[in-house]
Amino acid sequence: MSDLPPPRSSKPPPQQQGQRPLPASLRRNAPLVPVDSAGGRALAAVIAILTFLAALCAGGAELVATSSEQWRSDIAREVTIQVRPNAQRAIQADVDRAVALARQTPGVQDVQAFTREESERLLEPWLGTGLDFDDLPVPRLIVLKLEARARPDFGPLRQALKEQVPGATLDDHALWVSRLSTMANTIIGIGAALVVLVLVAAGLAVTFATRGAMAGNRDVVEVLHFVGASDDFIAREFQRRFFKLGLRGSAAGAGAALLLTVLLGFVTRSWRASPAGDQIEALFGTFSIGWRGYAIVVLIALAVAVITGIVSRLTVRRFLNGNG
Amino acid sequence: MKAFYDNDDDESMAPAVHFENVGVRYGMGPEVLRDLTFSIEPHSFQFLTGPSGAGKTTLLRLILLSVKPTRGLISLFGEDVSRISKDELTDLRRRMGVVFQDFRLLDHLTTYENVALPLRVQGKEEASYRNEVVELLRWVGLGDRMHMLPPVLSGGEKQRAAIARALIVRPDLLLADEPTGNVDPSLARRLLRLFIELNRLGTSVVIATHDFSLMDQLNVRRLVLGDGQLHIDE
Repeated sequence: MSDLPPPRSSKPPPQQQGQRPLPASLRRNAPLVPVDSAGGRALAAVIAILTFLAALCAGGAELVATSSEQWRSDIAREVTIQVRPNAQRAIQADVDRAVALARQTPGVQDVQAFTREESERLLEPWLGTGLDFDDLPVPRLIVLKLEARARPDFGPLRQALKEQVPGATLDDHALWVSRLSTMANTIIGIGAALVVLVLVAAGLAVTFATRGAMAGNRDVVEVLHFVGASDDFIAREFQRRFFKLGLRGSAAGAGAALLLTVLLGFVTRSWRASPAGDQIEALFGTFSIGWRGYAIVVLIALAVAVITGIVSRLTVRRFLNGNG
Repeated sequence: MKAFYDNDDDESMAPAVHFENVGVRYGMGPEVLRDLTFSIEPHSFQFLTGPSGAGKTTLLRLILLSVKPTRGLISLFGEDVSRISKDELTDLRRRMGVVFQDFRLLDHLTTYENVALPLRVQGKEEASYRNEVVELLRWVGLGDRMHMLPPVLSGGEKQRAAIARALIVRPDLLLADEPTGNVDPSLARRLLRLFIELNRLGTSVVIATHDFSLMDQLNVRRLVLGDGQLHIDE
């Protein structure tokens, strides 16, 4: 054993007698850059919380988007004619006349006039039952169902009603649709902006954590440089480490958000019979986000992990360039 | 990597290290090293000596390019280092092996992983260097310590691990800062034989030490630092 082992180009000599055989695994795949466990856990927790918030925002926006699509198409496909009673006119004749005029309008699929009894029933929730409606001037409603994607011009119908059925008004809900759309779009926009803000916050948290890890591992980085590691290699090692941390945190956050969604779904289903539950259901539909919502939450979790990795890599490259 | 025995091309004949009028000062202080002009030839062996605080470690760090000179020219393997890119710097460092006075082993990696580190950072597969690393570890007497973390190794064991890490890439230039400072005389002699063997295979060796008993074992060139200047005993 007085000589060095032979040059690497030649084959290694057979193992000497009495030497133990090599163990099966010699490398433990230990990361080259240790991110201290307390700091790592704290960062994973921050990422988990931010992902949770981002997933809730995105899930909420998705819920509103899906429900509002339904409202908007339902409302936009329905137009009503209200015929107010007039003592000088026979209301049933007016209703029949209005129905006939509505049927002549192109794009109208179906016309249904509410009978007197049906109109009275509509008032029951406000006025109660057992009331004699004979003395009340109860208006009559005619519901026009439009053909899908039809955008009929109601100008002629409105003019004809004005001339032939005084006291009838046409309501195409345009104002409502526009208000609902604005509200829904605002909620979706706020949700999307919050997701972006949370992702930016996650990126900033990772930047600070990476700079802290670099400063704490200055010796390790210096040794890696001396043994021939390139900046890119060191940056990749940090990226790998932080990507794993980010994935762990974002999976926990997204998992918690999905769990909460499922739980809220159960709770709202159990409320369904109550008035409050009805209102919530009217606004949001059933409280479940569907496959698109789940896909968005999973995508956000992945995006957070990828952002964590990329931001840490860029931060390391910048740090190394700034420190010669 | 270039074979050690290939002396035919021009680059291999250029000095491994060449300093010309190099000076270093920290901040606004006086020059700690001044007017250094010397070369380290390929396949040469030399001691770098001088009293404590004379600047031996600073000189080694200048060669390692971790300290920038405030004046003068440094070239490594025939390449002027004043305007090299980061990639070129990495390539130059891969041709050098270094043993630090304080070992600089990574405490979270096993002895085996520490010694294999220079190969790992070059992106080599573990299977390609596993036997070689184990063989070198056994040679330096760390065969049964390869799975231990540095904090549980003795000073001498850490030193041998640090030396093994510097040798594993068969560098063109080996810089060792007090490599026998923590070992008994017989192991010191053995380690010196290891450096001589490495030199015989083509590596230029610079050993920084103030251990005269070590230097007296070998009649080679001595670079003596004193008062910030270099004096060469051929």
